[in-house]
Parts: sequence; structure tokens; C-alpha cells
Amino acid sequence: MNEYKPVAGSVSPNRKRRKIIGTSVYFVFLISTLVGIVSLGVLIFDVLDKGIPWLNWQFLTDYPSRKPEEAGLYSALIGTIWLMFMTALLTVPIGVGAAIYLEEYAPRNFFTKVIEINVSNLAGVPSIVYGLLGMSLFVYYLGSSEQFLGRTLLAGALTLALLVLPIVIMASREAIRAVPDSYRQGAYAMGADKWQVIKGVVLPSALPGILTGTILAMSRAIGEAAPVIAISALVYMTFIPAHPMERFTVLPIQIYNWVARPQEEFRGLAAAGIIVLLAILLTMNAIAVVLRNKYQTRSEE
Amino acid sequence: MDSRRKFWIRVEGSIVKWLFMACASVSILTTIGILVTLLYQGYGFFNEVSPWEFLTGTRWTPILKPRSYGVLPLVSGTLLVTVIAAMVALPVGLMTAIFLSEYAADNVRRIIKPILEILAGIPTVVYGYFALTFVTPLLQNIFNDLLVFNALSAGIVMGVMIIPMVSSLSEDAMISVPRNLREAAYALGATRYEVSLRVVVPAALSGIIAAFIIAISRAIGETMLVTIAAGATPRMALNPLEGVQTMTAYIVQLSLGEAPVGSLEYNTIFAVGLVLFCMTLLMNLLGFWIVRRFREAY
Repeated sequence: MNEYKPVAGSVSPNRKRRKIIGTSVYFVFLISTLVGIVSLGVLIFDVLDKGIPWLNWQFLTDYPSRKPEEAGLYSALIGTIWLMFMTALLTVPIGVGAAIYLEEYAPRNFFTKVIEINVSNLAGVPSIVYGLLGMSLFVYYLGSSEQFLGRTLLAGALTLALLVLPIVIMASREAIRAVPDSYRQGAYAMGADKWQVIKGVVLPSALPGILTGTILAMSRAIGEAAPVIAISALVYMTFIPAHPMERFTVLPIQIYNWVARPQEEFRGLAAAGIIVLLAILLTMNAIAVVLRNKYQTRSEE
Repeated sequence: MDSRRKFWIRVEGSIVKWLFMACASVSILTTIGILVTLLYQGYGFFNEVSPWEFLTGTRWTPILKPRSYGVLPLVSGTLLVTVIAAMVALPVGLMTAIFLSEYAADNVRRIIKPILEILAGIPTVVYGYFALTFVTPLLQNIFNDLLVFNALSAGIVMGVMIIPMVSSLSEDAMISVPRNLREAAYALGATRYEVSLRVVVPAALSGIIAAFIIAISRAIGETMLVTIAAGATPRMALNPLEGVQTMTAYIVQLSLGEAPVGSLEYNTIFAVGLVLFCMTLLMNLLGFWIVRRFREAY
């Protein structure tokens, strides 16, 4: 792999021609780069164009309806917020704990290696497979006997927690790794033991990074529809869940529900729902960026 | 500090160590959970349908009579959409990566990269909407016999969706090609595109191929886009103008239908899920292996 064919042997000696080729290739590369950017622009323009006429306060506060002009996404919006916080609550302690173990405690042995490979493989498992796991384990196996779980918010949050766990672990590991070793050594020199060093020094300095990673993982979680569909199915929600053991729906599922209908009006509702979803995601990402920037400037002081 | 307090600090330290280890084991338990679920429910399916019939059958009608359980139409539907996506994403993503790594000035790259990251962060249900309500009508102006649900527009939009994955992983590989290789080529009189295509790309090839494989594996597992835009008719045909059903879209279709637990219909989704899981796992492992095995050490 380290041998390269000599360049000169296969290059035309005609300088003018090579220059022309070079310029045209440059434009091909430039146009390719623009494909992604232009697509994003067209997508956002199309969604705004079709969705804005449907977007009003009533749309945010009404329940779904068979009549498009009365339909809203209140139950889906509340469901998404519920699901996001419950997923964060479940996944952050476990993810950060796993990251601390892998970065601070784990010996370089076979078990550690297995965990590391396993985490990166889990990140590549299709999300619908997590849906199958959640449906089989949480909804039916743990839910059949006395309605312990069933198609509830908690089952959905557990499923999404497993889905985003690899992301939280990888982001937290990076944040912990970025804490300078001199901080740890300073704390050890004061007589602290390992747990005190982690609790008092490593975690506080890694916190902004962990928080940023968590927000990004949650923005992935609330955009997911496939695994949640396997848990909640297409439920017609005319109430909002009051506690984690109730049924629920989320924004991506409501959007899918509207897209799947042939009438033009529901397409408009879907576009309006997408605007709401993208606005939430954009806000979360903005918070993550602000946190990251604040953290970076502080560590340079 | 009295010794009692020291003792409790030690106890706390060893308790949290075990707690953290338990946290790390959750990821292992997840993998085991996935495997057990798929194999156990799949076992129920293969008790009634022979694996041979499942893997070689060319008709997939598990809900309609006469029932037939050949998974090939779902696999071919998945591959058709994936190939179209790859035809869009691999060249475009690679050229984007070359542009960003070899041509773009620093400030241009700082603008373009976050925009591409936004593309990667958009929920797939949004891409499904875009394929169905925008790209398909647009393509119908060109192809008169394009159906409402078709593999072509789902594949194209999926290609756009995975461009950022191809471009960012390939760019990482190209940026790690050392500067002196480029400068040696320039010193020999090579132009910028000759350096890019004949020095940097070959040197970064293992990373680029791994990026391709990981992006394709992502396309195979993609669900909502194809559920919305590609349709629900399992077909063996290769005509991209018609609808196909992918493995993932079938799983969604059936989990919406409330099939009775333990029934053969219910178990089909785990058999299909098992095929899906194996395909993506093999591709991911291959991708990681290529990165490790053929990494250029400079």
C-alpha cells in the first residue's frame, strides 16, 4: 500500500490541456459540493412554503382531527417533550457512568476491548432494530402479564435510551479525555483518592462537553420515528399523557401520519409539523453550540 | 481526617467503581438483548417456515393468501433503493470531500461543513416528506410513467441524506494524508487536481472505502424515508420507476397492523429484522476492519 505509481509517467506533457482539465475538474468538485447545500435550501424552502399557511397558535394547541382545518399537534408536541426528558433521565447517568468507567477505571484487557467494539457497533445498528427489541422486550414481554409496561411512554423512553446510549457514551468519553491530566495529578497531590478526583475535578471540567453531547443525542432521539412507531403504533391521541405509564405519540409520528394521507391539506399540516420539529432541533443545536463555545473560551483562560 | 471518614470514602469509591462497571455492561446487555430477541422470535418463525424457503423464495405475501415467505423481494427492494442512493452519494460525497480537503480555503470550509452537518441532522421522516411531495412530482415531469411511490425518488433523496456521512469520513481520511506527499507531487510539477486524484485519494483510499461501506450500511437500515416514499409492494423487479418494499418498511407496516403476538405474521418481522441486522453488522464490521487493516501509518 505504500507504493505509488509515478505521477509523471501517466500525465500528458501538454500544459495547456492539463490546465483546462484542472479548471473543469475544479468546477465539477464545486458543483458536487453545492449539491448537498442546494438540496438543503430547496428542502427548507419547500417546507416553509407549504407549511407556513397552516402554522398558527391553534395548530400548536389543538388535538389531531379528521378535519384538516381543526387539526393540531398538541398531543404530539407534549409527547415529544415528555419522551425527550425521560430518555435523557435514563440515558445520561448510564452513559456518563459507562464513559467514566472506560476512561478512568477500565484496565486494558479483553473485557474493555469487547465493550469498546460493542459500543461502536451498537451505534451502527439500524434504529428499527431497537424498535423490535423494545416492542418484544418492553411492550410484550414485560407488558403482557399485568400491564406493567405495554405501549407506554416509559417503554418508548427505555427504547430510545438504548438507541442513543452509544452516542452519549462516545461524547462523554471525549469530554472526559479532554480534561488535562495535570488537573487529576493536582488533585491526587492534595491527597484525594480516585473517586474524589473524578467527582471533584474530572466531572465538573467535563460537564459542558457531556452536556453538549447529551443535547445532540436528544436531538437525534426526538427526530426518530421508526423505533417509536414500533412501540406506540399510530395511536389517535385526544388527550395528553399525565404520567409515564400512559400511551403517547410524538411529532415525527404525527408528521408521518399526515404525510401518509393523500389529501393536499394534510400535506400542508405535515409541512407545518416539520417546521415545528425543525425549530425545536435548531434551538437544541444552538444551545449546544453556545455551550461549546463558552466552554472553549473558558478553558483557554 | 479521622480514620472512620477515610474508611467511608474508600467504601464509596469501591461502590461507585462497580456501579460504573455496571453502566458499561448495559451496552453489552443491549447487544445480547437484540440478539436474543431476534433469534428467539426468529426461531418461532423458522419452526414453521424452512430457512431455505425464506432465503431463496421470490414471493413475499405473509399477510395475503396464498401465503408465501420468500424474503428476496424485500432484500432486492432494499438493495435497489440502496444502489440508487449510492450512485448519488458516493461520487458527490467523495468530490465534496476532495473539494473541502484540497481546494476550499479555511473560511469556506468553516461555512460549508456546518451546513452539511445540518443535512445529517434532519429527521428522516422529513426526507420522506420531501421525496414524496417534492422530488416525485418533479421527476414525474421527466419520466411519464413514474408511479407515486417509487424506488427512484426514495433512492435519490436517501443519497442526498448520506452525502454528509460519505464526505465527512472521506475528508477525515484525506486530511490525515501528510503534507509532504502533496508537496513532493507539486515539486514534480503536478497540478492541484493531479495531486488530489493521483496522490491524496489513493493514499486515503482505505478510509474512503470504509466511509462508503458505513454510508451504505446506513442506507440499508434507513426506515421512514422508504416507508413514506418507496411504497409497500414487495417486488423482485428492478424497475426504479415502480414502488418496492424494503425490509425496514415491511417491519413498520406490520408493527402498525397490530399482528397478534406469537403469531406467524408477528414473527416474520423478527426474521426480516434478523436479516437486516446481519447485513448491517457485516458491513459495519467490514468498514471498521478496512480502516484498521489498511490504515496508512506515516
